[in-house]
Amino acid sequence: MEVELRGLTKRFGEVVANAGVGLRVERGTIHGIIGENGAGKSTAMNLLYGLYRPDAGSILIRGETRSWASPAQAIAAGIGMVHQHFMLAGPYSALDNILLGAEPLRWGLIDRQAARARLDKLAAQYGLSMDWDRPVEQLPVGAQQRLEILKLLFRDASILILDEPTAVLTPQETQALFVNLKRLKAEGKTILLVTHKLKEVMTGTERVTVFRAGKVVAELETARTNPQELADLMVGRRVLLSLDVAPAKPRPEMAIEAADLGVAGTAGSRPRLSEVSFEVRRGEIVGVAGVEGNGQTELLQALLHPREPGCLSAGTVKVMGQDVSRWPAGRIRELGVAVIPEDRLQEGLLPDRPVSENFLLGLQRSPEFSRAGFLHTDRVRSAAHHAVDDYDVRPRDLTLSAGKLSGGNQQKLIIAREFQRQPSVLFATQPTRGVDVGAIEFIHRRIVRARDEGAGVLLVSSELDEILALSDRILVMYEGRIVAEFRRGEVSERELGLKMGGA
Amino acid sequence: MQSAECRVEEEWSSGLALRGPKRVKKIAQPVLAAALGLALGLALTWVAGENPWHVLCVLAKGAFGSGYDFGMTLFYTTPLVFTGLSVAVAFHAGLFNIGAEGQLTLGALAAAAVGAIWPALAWPLAPLFAGLAAIAAGTLWGAIPGWLRARRGSHEVINTIMLNFIAAGLASYVALYLLKNPASQNPETRPVGTGYSIHQFGLFGGAPVSLALPLALLAADAVWVLLWRTSLGFEIRAVGQSESAARAAGIDPGRIRIVALALAGGLAGLVGIGEVLGNAGRFKVGFSPEYGFMGIAVALLGRNQPGGVLGAALLFGALHKGTAELDLETEHVTRELSLVLQALIILAVSAEGLWSFRSKKAAAGAQTT
Repeated sequence: MEVELRGLTKRFGEVVANAGVGLRVERGTIHGIIGENGAGKSTAMNLLYGLYRPDAGSILIRGETRSWASPAQAIAAGIGMVHQHFMLAGPYSALDNILLGAEPLRWGLIDRQAARARLDKLAAQYGLSMDWDRPVEQLPVGAQQRLEILKLLFRDASILILDEPTAVLTPQETQALFVNLKRLKAEGKTILLVTHKLKEVMTGTERVTVFRAGKVVAELETARTNPQELADLMVGRRVLLSLDVAPAKPRPEMAIEAADLGVAGTAGSRPRLSEVSFEVRRGEIVGVAGVEGNGQTELLQALLHPREPGCLSAGTVKVMGQDVSRWPAGRIRELGVAVIPEDRLQEGLLPDRPVSENFLLGLQRSPEFSRAGFLHTDRVRSAAHHAVDDYDVRPRDLTLSAGKLSGGNQQKLIIAREFQRQPSVLFATQPTRGVDVGAIEFIHRRIVRARDEGAGVLLVSSELDEILALSDRILVMYEGRIVAEFRRGEVSERELGLKMGGA
Repeated sequence: MQSAECRVEEEWSSGLALRGPKRVKKIAQPVLAAALGLALGLALTWVAGENPWHVLCVLAKGAFGSGYDFGMTLFYTTPLVFTGLSVAVAFHAGLFNIGAEGQLTLGALAAAAVGAIWPALAWPLAPLFAGLAAIAAGTLWGAIPGWLRARRGSHEVINTIMLNFIAAGLASYVALYLLKNPASQNPETRPVGTGYSIHQFGLFGGAPVSLALPLALLAADAVWVLLWRTSLGFEIRAVGQSESAARAAGIDPGRIRIVALALAGGLAGLVGIGEVLGNAGRFKVGFSPEYGFMGIAVALLGRNQPGGVLGAALLFGALHKGTAELDLETEHVTRELSLVLQALIILAVSAEGLWSFRSKKAAAGAQTT
């Protein structure tokens, strides 16, 4: 065994993050580690990496019991970790980022040439191409991740821990990553892949360990399991991976009408949005499919902030039958418009503020919670209390800052808030990104329920499964235009993928 | 896990869910920092050849030794409450108001101008009118950099600093040319009419403690209500926390910025009431020992909370008064020690911020699982 954890236990105050975790990983394999947010998988990895010290249990590397006082000792033993958020210095070149902290010295000076020669060899050996002289902040995210991996290889790591490596990658970059990981495996490296995406576990790993509530609940051979079993193990109950959605009964009223929307690009480039026209009726879900960066963000900005400079240069937007093209955003929202924003930490929440205040965000002038400019704090509190219960936001603590909730619970909080106004129009953008399997099912159900209660839903997602499962009609965006439209059941995943690629 | 009973007082935290002991810590930390700053400052007087205990006694006696001394301390405290609140309100909107000095200058000038132009106006209309003029002038002087930031994108730090100079120039021009006091050699405006004076409390041995003091307490209360109990206050804090999230929620961040800086300006403008109507009876060029800039220190030490601002203003007011006696009572230190002490306290507060940041980071590290 290359890596073995025996009975690892770690407490933070009263919280037991790991309770007797056991794990065995063979040399030269990719081992999946899955579990919902907060299940303890990151804690276990941080124990292995020496960031924390275990309260009980032992760590064995190649059969030898080891204990580290700091990550430096773990690194010396050949363990490396790529964190979810990269640890890179933006303005420095790729080369300097690798040397940072491990500068090879010659006569007291940094020997860049020797380092570069060695790195070129490593890059060639593992097929990880790299532009060494570019500042890191100019590299695409996928390349930054390759750089993190090269950094570990440069430090002679033989055991690589990757924490949610695909969270920030595009589908193409994800594919490339897995090609690279297989190459690393073939060269004898051992890889621990921490993720909550079942697809990645199924395609990329040999064995998989499932965490739930601080414990290991199963260790399985990937070839002998399936996504359904893994999801059930992760959540601890039967999970519906694909929701059976009853057909919509659209009402005659229009929720959203967009006519010839256009957004100019920067001088000389193609428009970011052109001639986009569509309608969403109340009581139906219209999905917008497309590879990210094909105008979806611009479309939402045009619909929600039409008056702001640069957000809408041509066309008209009607919401609930009213021409809102010159309306400020706040007034549009008062028509009963709910929004699940694309980036929940940037646009959906005040991460440093308590849950109760986040629940109020956007509702601070609603008659329900305010009168003559003064807030009904008692009502806010009791409504937030109810919502947190109703939408199962955990933990049930209104004073906790929203940034401390897990991604799924943040999303549930946003949905609880947005549905508070009984929306007649719902804009849902990437509603399940970075969210646990259990929460995905929940969020999907709520969106369908909003539809059945009469909301017109515009769903923007880069997850094909999600688009196909929920949408009554599907619009495909490519280079700022709508290039195809389908009804539910009319299109296959493959065909949709081709349209998204501009075919 | 605590239940969802989030108490009001807990909401004023900077986002941490405050439980009992944490709350105590939140109050104790600035107090400790102030004590540390004072101790360092006194240690410096020892290096300079004084007995620190003696210096401390002089300070305490100077600030609190008699009814008059305490009155003067309160007199200095009052404008610091206004400017501290001014900086704090702007801060909650994510803005740095360096312009309180200019705003209070124009506030005082406006009050004095009203009183000089219409000296016959009778009480209580006269002070009301002059007070509103002070607020309006400050509000305008705050709204200008707010508008520039919101609609033109130029930074409020630069603009408020520049507007301070413009305000000072404008005030000098008015005091020296338009409303010059012919009976005085000093650069000041004509005195306001007798109907303008506001009540001075007799308790303080002749120190000019006027109705401006209760007005300051009222202002602190009003700011608390604004920030924590109104929709506008919520929007101000939302913009300060995350502009993008506020915008996505339908709040117009530009509008909120203008309103917040206008409010900040109005609060600073209130300084004019105590100075002109409650003390000098006219606008004197250079009457402010930089209350506007001390307001930044007050807000920082008071953690931008109205209650904290009151406490910090009292501390800085007492320092300002107490150090005045040093010139006479000691051989080696002068009243400029006041500035040194202020600086050291601010340094200690900032360093204290660093400590809590580090412990927060450790706590955050422990929470990621």
